[in-house]
Amino acid sequence: MHHALSRHRNILDFALSSLLRRKAKNISLFLVYTLIIFVIASLIFFVQALKREAALLLTEAPDMVVQRMIAGRHDLIPTNYAEKISAIRGVSEVTPRLWGYYYDPVFQANYTLLVPDTAPPPPGSIVIGSGVARNLRIKTDDLVTFRSYSGTPLLLTVSGIMPLHSELVSADLVLMAAEDFQAMFRMPKGVATDLAVTVANPRELVTVANKIVEQFPDTRPILKSELLRTYDSLFDWRGGMMVVMLAAALLSFVIFAWDKASGLSAEERKEIGILKSIGWETGDVLLLKFWEGAVISLTAFLAGVLLAYGHVFFSSAALFSHALKGWAILYPQFTLVPTIDGYQLSVLFVLSVLPYTAATIIPAWLAATIAPDAAMRS
Amino acid sequence: MIALQQVTKTFTISPTTSFTAVDNVSLTIERGTMTILKGPSGSGKTTLLALIGCMTRPSSGRIMLQGVETSFFHATDGSEGFDSSSLPERFLTEIRRSTFGFIFQQFNLIKGISALQNIMLPAYPTGEQQPVVKQRALELMEQFDLLRHCNSPVEWLSGGELQRVAIARALINNPIAIIADEPTAHLDSQLSNTFMESIGLLKDSGKTVLIASHDPIVYNSPLADLVVEMRDGRIVGMEPSL
Repeated sequence: MHHALSRHRNILDFALSSLLRRKAKNISLFLVYTLIIFVIASLIFFVQALKREAALLLTEAPDMVVQRMIAGRHDLIPTNYAEKISAIRGVSEVTPRLWGYYYDPVFQANYTLLVPDTAPPPPGSIVIGSGVARNLRIKTDDLVTFRSYSGTPLLLTVSGIMPLHSELVSADLVLMAAEDFQAMFRMPKGVATDLAVTVANPRELVTVANKIVEQFPDTRPILKSELLRTYDSLFDWRGGMMVVMLAAALLSFVIFAWDKASGLSAEERKEIGILKSIGWETGDVLLLKFWEGAVISLTAFLAGVLLAYGHVFFSSAALFSHALKGWAILYPQFTLVPTIDGYQLSVLFVLSVLPYTAATIIPAWLAATIAPDAAMRS
Repeated sequence: MIALQQVTKTFTISPTTSFTAVDNVSLTIERGTMTILKGPSGSGKTTLLALIGCMTRPSSGRIMLQGVETSFFHATDGSEGFDSSSLPERFLTEIRRSTFGFIFQQFNLIKGISALQNIMLPAYPTGEQQPVVKQRALELMEQFDLLRHCNSPVEWLSGGELQRVAIARALINNPIAIIADEPTAHLDSQLSNTFMESIGLLKDSGKTVLIASHDPIVYNSPLADLVVEMRDGRIVGMEPSL
């Protein structure tokens, strides 16, 4: 046992000095390896954090949203629908909501305009998301002019900027009073964009939705679970883009490992012959090559994952957030909450460290199975 | 004692072509003696050394090793030893590592690492603790006047120094026998004589020495106990030296 440990230590020691001997080659291998792991791990961390963020935001969404439809398209819903829907058994609250989109031709950006259910800003003032503030280069107490649908300018005062922690959805948000919203879009009173419905027992959601459709055939109830699914598929779509990048990164890893596998230099082959001739067994040579591969792959894996962690959670995935955060012009700037999926990291470990180590060992094994007397003839 | 009994080594080049490098050789090498194999290139000297040194197995015949202690065989007085030609690779490696020290024509030292580490290399897989091996390597370096090159990479050393590092490496596991293949091929006459002096000291310390060479400095050396002349894989002459 003691001898076996000493043997490992001696061979590991020699493996380290072997790595140092081929500094340039091994440093370049380490850098390429680290880069690939960095890209893949960044993608994993980033998508995971976005999914978590979206799930957290949707926890505050209403159980059900009811929209009115005309000719298969979304239309404004009369607020008196709210009273009738709240009379349905099981419905605990119905809130008419006012929200819409405004295109700012000057800055070529889309904003989401919303009248909050609770504590809306007083008429004539707005609360804006930090993306809007950045875009318009305005701060609290500044004046903003929006062009209303009647063609007249609407002058509004910025009464506050939303905090950064909610920026994923609030970057392009403008909160305003119902009066300003109606003036902005020339919207008649007595209608809302949709209705937020709260149901006391979540198991009754589908039954309530069916009753609403029965009573109001011109409406479409959308359940929170459906919203969650939509968000999920939205991020999965982005995830789909991630899969393409992931595949590209994995492919480059395979090419890199393959190159390594077929790239045992003549000098390395000669060394293996020498080691065999001075009494090293094939197993000793394989152990040496295993340690060489393991030292590079483990350190590169660790470095890649740590760099990716810093990149995603400290610099908000600066390198590819623009590509992955969606189509919005106002890119949210926010710090993601660190979240690590151990399963995905393990898969990455298994898919990178193991093939690389194998790729290091196989050519060494082929070289090490030569007869030891070959070195005498070289 | 090493006893070869009708040993033949044939290499198969293709299914229809083969080449016999060593042909029906019988030879006895006594412990503590110096045996020189001489003959032109291709006469089978190197193959015979490889067979004796357990680097390869004979196609036929037996190679008996007497007085060799291994994990699988404990020598007793009067025992005739064991036949190394039928042993599995694992046991051959053990014998190679503990019984023989090899000195190659090209020295076969590993570039980029120090002379000290080169000398220690054969002991790494034995599981012996590094400080112990290092101490022994330093003693060998002192013996061969190499201490000042202890930490120098081997590519900085001269031909004679490389030769001495190769000898020290061959001795690190304290082998019973030293096998040298054309050890003076890359040395001038003066260095060749110095090499023979070093080898003579090893013989005096009780080591069995086996050298393949076509250098007259080696095969005419007064240190040799037996000179075996080879041609076309066969022994064509054998004379006790002097």
